[in-house]
Amino acid sequence: MDIQKRYGVRTLILEIIVVIVGLIFLIPFYFLLVNSVKSFADILSNSAGLPQAYLWSNYAKAWTAIDFPTALKNSLIVTIVSNLLLVLISSMAAYQMVRQPSLFNRILFFVFVAAMVIPFQSIMLPLMEMASKYRLNNSMYGLIVSYLGFGAPLSVFLFHGFVKTVPLEIEQAARVDGSSRYGVFFRIVCPLMQPMFVTVIILNTLWIWNDYLLPSLILSSPELRTIPIATYSFFGQYTKQWDMALPALVLGITPIIIFFLFMQRYIIEGITSGSVKG
Amino acid sequence: MVGKKASQWIQQIVFVGPATLFFALIVIIPFILGLYYSFTDWNGISKTINWVGFSNYTHIVTKDPDFRNAFWFTVRFTVVGIIITNVIGFALAYILTKPLFTRNLMRTIFFMPNMIGGLLLGFIWQFIFIKGFAAVGEATGLSLFNLPWLGDRATSFWGIVIVFVWQTAGYLMVIYISSLNNVPKDVLESAEIDGATRWQVVRHIIFPLIMPAITICLFLAISWAFKMFDLNLALTNGGPFKATESVALDIYNEAFTNNRLGLGTAKAVIFFVIVALITSVQVRLTKSREVEL
Repeated sequence: MDIQKRYGVRTLILEIIVVIVGLIFLIPFYFLLVNSVKSFADILSNSAGLPQAYLWSNYAKAWTAIDFPTALKNSLIVTIVSNLLLVLISSMAAYQMVRQPSLFNRILFFVFVAAMVIPFQSIMLPLMEMASKYRLNNSMYGLIVSYLGFGAPLSVFLFHGFVKTVPLEIEQAARVDGSSRYGVFFRIVCPLMQPMFVTVIILNTLWIWNDYLLPSLILSSPELRTIPIATYSFFGQYTKQWDMALPALVLGITPIIIFFLFMQRYIIEGITSGSVKG
Repeated sequence: MVGKKASQWIQQIVFVGPATLFFALIVIIPFILGLYYSFTDWNGISKTINWVGFSNYTHIVTKDPDFRNAFWFTVRFTVVGIIITNVIGFALAYILTKPLFTRNLMRTIFFMPNMIGGLLLGFIWQFIFIKGFAAVGEATGLSLFNLPWLGDRATSFWGIVIVFVWQTAGYLMVIYISSLNNVPKDVLESAEIDGATRWQVVRHIIFPLIMPAITICLFLAISWAFKMFDLNLALTNGGPFKATESVALDIYNEAFTNNRLGLGTAKAVIFFVIVALITSVQVRLTKSREVEL
């Protein structure tokens, strides 16, 4: 009885502490939102309080200034296309490496895994050189191809770990029934790999959606800008014009926050299973 | 009819070919080219590229204070950043595995900053440090908030640390939570019955049992902190006076501001060697302390 009571009080204290810390974590969002609808003078004189007048027109101005629809469209295209191709080619490669462990495939897998420690800076400069030589620069194709290459190691590694847990007997039964290896992969192995598809897609989405450096080096035309690049060039033009910059930032983070709130369960699961195997 | 051998070859090419092709084109070839360029005076413009031996490397080690500063900044930032973010990430996980009413809501809140990329976060926090902190300082009178945030060496350093922790602690929390959930309840209960204090339970039972998660979290935090670029670029852009320039940013500036690409690739090779060394040593060290139940 006594222990039960003490436990309750302790939990209550912990609960209060954690709620306070949570509110502190949210303060930046408060500042961002509340100041995004203020006039410039209001931001300067009163950045902590509520707006004197709600200027929703700030959003309209920022929306056109960063050409938000185009940036959103570009970010969506790059993220979705790269993701789909990346899971396709990496799951196929991982499947073959596990089921046909020839010396060549084992060495190849080792190279993929070893390459995971290569930081982007170490390939960036020659990659730019090659991109301009082979006309991969300033195009969506070039950007997507780069994501396929740079994303392959982690994706192959994660699928490799998962294929090993898929029982061979099911595949053998299907082979006996006359399926080709391609049929076995797409109709039997792929459905079984679904959880790992989710994990890989989540991890790659968070990376590609938020990536700044690679697209900033490859894309130069304004009409190809993704959200991070559009935001960066916008900041260059409107330094310290917070009444323009803050609504632009809110617009920039909204899609990924919505994605998070809807997909939260999968994101948490994806991160957990993706990291446990790392 | 295709022979068995031929069909196996076709399968190998269809399954492994595309991933290998893109990987070789985007990672392996540029990486090897980078090794070569690091021994040249490549500047990206002139047609002739001359072999200069190790002179880029000796230049970096002996005559490049910017790189040395960037390196020390990155090391200090990495050490401070990974300790704080892991302590907070673990503490949040430890509390949020207790039966609290607001448990799920709080997990969502702590994780949310991680969704936003470093670039946008850097810009958001620029505003917080410049205007928000000043407003808090005015309202509360706490001198901490009236410091020239991002304006001098020390406050810019801690500014980046704060944003880094705010962004990454929630991610590590998620990993620690899943690991804490796997610690068997009966072991904890019997320790409590035997009279162990809470700290003793954490130190001698929980830590050894969640060593795999600690390995992962340290590994992740080191790699984020050491390779930090976007946040650095958006929050301080290395300033004031290069006081907060990370190695990744220094490489970028060397190549795209100074146009010394040969020197830049040499820095990138050094950067790669250090990243590879740190991560492999760290994984080996913590792996050796893992305990199986």
